[in-house]
Amino acid sequence: MLGRTLREVSVALKRGQVTPTELCQKCLALIQKTKFLNAYITVSEEAALKQAEASEKRYKKGQSLGDLDGIPVAVKDNFSTTGIETTCASNMLKGYVPPYNATVVQKLLDQGALLMGKTNLDEFAMGSGSTDGVFGPVKNPWSYSKQYREKRKQKPRDENDSDWLITGGSSGGSAAAVSAFTCFAALGSDTGGSTRNPAAHCGLIGFKPSYGLVSRHGLIPLVNSMDVPGILTRCVDDTAIVLGVLAGHDPKDSTTVQGPVNSFLLPSLTDVSKLCIGIPKEYLVPELSPEVRSLWSKAADLFDSEGAKVKEVSLPHTCYSIVCYHVLCTSEVASNMARFDGLEYGHRCDIDISTEAMYATTRREGFNDVVRGRILSGNFFLLKENYEDYFIKAQKVRRLIANDFVNVFNSGVDVLLTPTTLREAVPYLEFIQEDNRTRSAQDDIFTQAVNMAGLPAVNIPVALSRQGLPIGLQFIGPAFCDQQLLTVAKWFEQQVQFPVIQLEELMDDCSSVLANEKLASVSLKQQ
Amino acid sequence: MAVPTLRCGFSGSRWTFALVDRGCRHRTVATFNWIRGQSSVAQQPLHTAQKPRKGAQEWAAVVGLEIHAQISSNSKLFSGAEVRFAAPPNSLVSFFDASLPGTLPVLNRRCVEAAVMTGLALNCHINQKSLFDRKHYFYADLPAGYQITQQRLPIAVNGNLAYSICVGKQQREITKTVRVKQIQLEQDSGKSLHDDLRSQTLVDLNRAGVGLLEVVLEPDLSCGEEAATVVRELQLILQALGTSQANMAEGQLRVDANVSVHHPGEPLGVRTEVKNLNSIRFLAKAIDYEIQRQISELENGGEILNETRSFDYKLGCTVPMRDKEGKQDYRFMPEPNLPPLLLYDSTSLPAGADPQQVIDIDRIRETLPELPSETRARLVQQYGMLPEHSFTLLNEVGLLEFFQNVIKETRAEPKKVVSWVLNTFLGYLKQQNLAVSESPVPPSALAELLDLLHTRAISSAAAKQVFEELWKSPGKPPAQIVSEKQLGLLQDREALEELCRATLDGHPQVVGAGRRGPRCCGHRRPVPSAVPSLPLPALYYRTQGSYNYFSCRRDSTPSEP
Repeated sequence: MLGRTLREVSVALKRGQVTPTELCQKCLALIQKTKFLNAYITVSEEAALKQAEASEKRYKKGQSLGDLDGIPVAVKDNFSTTGIETTCASNMLKGYVPPYNATVVQKLLDQGALLMGKTNLDEFAMGSGSTDGVFGPVKNPWSYSKQYREKRKQKPRDENDSDWLITGGSSGGSAAAVSAFTCFAALGSDTGGSTRNPAAHCGLIGFKPSYGLVSRHGLIPLVNSMDVPGILTRCVDDTAIVLGVLAGHDPKDSTTVQGPVNSFLLPSLTDVSKLCIGIPKEYLVPELSPEVRSLWSKAADLFDSEGAKVKEVSLPHTCYSIVCYHVLCTSEVASNMARFDGLEYGHRCDIDISTEAMYATTRREGFNDVVRGRILSGNFFLLKENYEDYFIKAQKVRRLIANDFVNVFNSGVDVLLTPTTLREAVPYLEFIQEDNRTRSAQDDIFTQAVNMAGLPAVNIPVALSRQGLPIGLQFIGPAFCDQQLLTVAKWFEQQVQFPVIQLEELMDDCSSVLANEKLASVSLKQQ
Repeated sequence: MAVPTLRCGFSGSRWTFALVDRGCRHRTVATFNWIRGQSSVAQQPLHTAQKPRKGAQEWAAVVGLEIHAQISSNSKLFSGAEVRFAAPPNSLVSFFDASLPGTLPVLNRRCVEAAVMTGLALNCHINQKSLFDRKHYFYADLPAGYQITQQRLPIAVNGNLAYSICVGKQQREITKTVRVKQIQLEQDSGKSLHDDLRSQTLVDLNRAGVGLLEVVLEPDLSCGEEAATVVRELQLILQALGTSQANMAEGQLRVDANVSVHHPGEPLGVRTEVKNLNSIRFLAKAIDYEIQRQISELENGGEILNETRSFDYKLGCTVPMRDKEGKQDYRFMPEPNLPPLLLYDSTSLPAGADPQQVIDIDRIRETLPELPSETRARLVQQYGMLPEHSFTLLNEVGLLEFFQNVIKETRAEPKKVVSWVLNTFLGYLKQQNLAVSESPVPPSALAELLDLLHTRAISSAAAKQVFEELWKSPGKPPAQIVSEKQLGLLQDREALEELCRATLDGHPQVVGAGRRGPRCCGHRRPVPSAVPSLPLPALYYRTQGSYNYFSCRRDSTPSEP
């Protein structure tokens, strides 16, 4: 049952084949069993069981609230949750229990979803590995999959357990939680690729909505002008269901768009011949792994062979995206982090010589090196003498980057097809050879320009690498064409038939997982 | 050390600044206009240094003001928390005001409308697009570590404010203008309470996030008196608009002054910023003190530091503020959570726009109330009062309303009402240090009293007595006082003649002296030479039942031969 998609389990709930409480208990048991993944920071077991009980009553009365009623979900620990500790994986917010729910959390709860817990991340979502949080790194469930272990000729989980893989980040906890079947959907956040990157490494759908479509109220910000709540699920239709619940104007977030939101139910495309797929030439970088490159071109061929128009396009300013992002991101970080002074909430040091001394020590104790480094750079860029040279210039470059996309879409392109990451997930020990900044700069290369432009984008897992690890590709659509984008993604998903992760050895409850196993389509299998 | 404040005609001081309205010498400096930069606004210098002694140069002072007016609104600028003065500490704090992570600002429409109204009243250009910025600094009562303000593109710019001052021995009223650089919307901070004994700072966030209008004036002023007049005028405008209660004592109006001095024709001097000015009187004092201090400093070979100073109202001087040492870099940045604020006018209003969703500048313009300058002009025109009277009526809180209520209910001449309200009524208030609202005499009572005077039921002098009685025993109708105290004029001609006759008969010596010549009669005013020609009906009145006073009424009824 846990291996099913959200839509499938929703039908099972309506038919009474399973009850919300059973489902909740199974997920809780699995969370317990996969604790070593470190996917969750807080498991809200008691609350989830209560929610399940309430949901069960509704089902009995035939008053289900909808597709999400009784469905276990997880939420990244940078979304505020009433009564549940919200830490951002930082000492600064350890013990902080928000008095309010983020709008997206509230919307999920209002639909009857069961909140299983809060998932792990890089501290304040600053990172691309989910390795830099105060609660330790998240392990990629694929490290323990049959597919990967067989290729590596390793036991499912060897004694020293040293070669596990990272999930990607920063929403790695959410990705691991969905990937390991502990919930059916999870919220991530996406500022430079933080939802799509771990989705690619964990073989999931990772969706970044258009900026302004989904409320940020209650999402503890990284970069306000780029942050969006992201959705992680096991299939595109599930993403559409969750998006349908989350999307829409929020009076508490002035940057959400006014006006009614259309349904996000996705039609099944049978004909892609009227589509125009753009392949941005700048995304073909030397660092791209041959495997990803090969899958990317096969995907383009697939569209081509089905009659779609596939054309090379240019996004000439993309190469400046990372450096531009660095200036804008650190500047907003410096500003957003100013509120963490130990006065109103969160960590406060014991020093009480003066207010200033208290601030300094609190912030030194509360933030890790990555956060402090970004605050330092950001404040440097915002200094009066540097503002024009850095911040203003970066804003202008951002505009150019955004205009590149507008120009491409105006030229008749419907969606762009790009890699999501340079390569598949790497082992933790390899990942930490480089510092956070270098890693983020490398790993965000395909995802981050989208945030600059506020566009919708989605990672679709395509196939397993030679090592038996997931590889994903990214579709990017014009602003507020989220449904159109997901419709194309759904068609593609059906073509590629990405295999289900095989975690049998980790779970007693393997039969249901096996029952849903799908095979990768022949056309896209690695040679 | 107590330092003398700036005074007109201050003897012993070489560099006395002449407050022109006190009749001091002043002269026009031809090059004065350059102070105002590229301005085309030709301004007569109000206030310049006295002509210096030989070999020495004169000084000119340049004063600019930044005024923070708390917007009168039910809720805060970006949150739904209530705005109320003197509520229990931290009882009016939303999650946003406490800067809980993840909370976002939502702009209060009322505050925007208040800013537009104020901008229009100050003849500003209203920017149809304005932007919000973050201004960063760490302080305990600023929970987010930044203030949301409008640095790059404020809501209103390029306005002006006319004000009048009286100059010269004749107290000639002249109207001057100060340019309004900009008006910006911004958040107020919380309040810090320093407990030095326990070395603690207590923070109250009730005020944090309340909407402020920052009105920035160009440095077109040159002395404390001018600054005080401008602030008072602005206060009246804000109160007339209802955009701010502008009560300085409650901190709803806060003024910072930038002050510098220089020799005319030379570049502007280094300026200081004077803060902590919580009354108009102290504002004038502080500025004049600071001008004087800077001149003395420079005269003695010292230099002026670009610093923030605080006015110590007990010592009457400005002192450097310790916690503001060092230059702050506020690291301004666009506020990413607020889209540009767009306003419309009748030409730009999108067709079919929901009035709830848009702000139409022209509609707000139509709803502007009468502004103080218009009120004064109307008063002068409608009631024939002197301009200075119209100023006094507006300057005293509640006095205009009192006056208008009296006018409404009485048949007395407006001029009479003006005189009674401004002289008698205001005199009593001042003497007892009362506000108009605390007056024991309501407008209706004064109106009735003036009616009695108008119908000549009582004399002017008796009216004064009645008024005194009204003041002492509130609630008693004037007519009752008149009858109780027998202050009514005798209307019966025969009785009056009888009374006169009896009086004359009773004072043969005085009558005799009177016949010989008026000078001898012991009265200031000449008494009519012939008794029979006493004006009738005469104006004798009785006090406490006895005749004890003689008087003549000017411009009274025609005398009989």
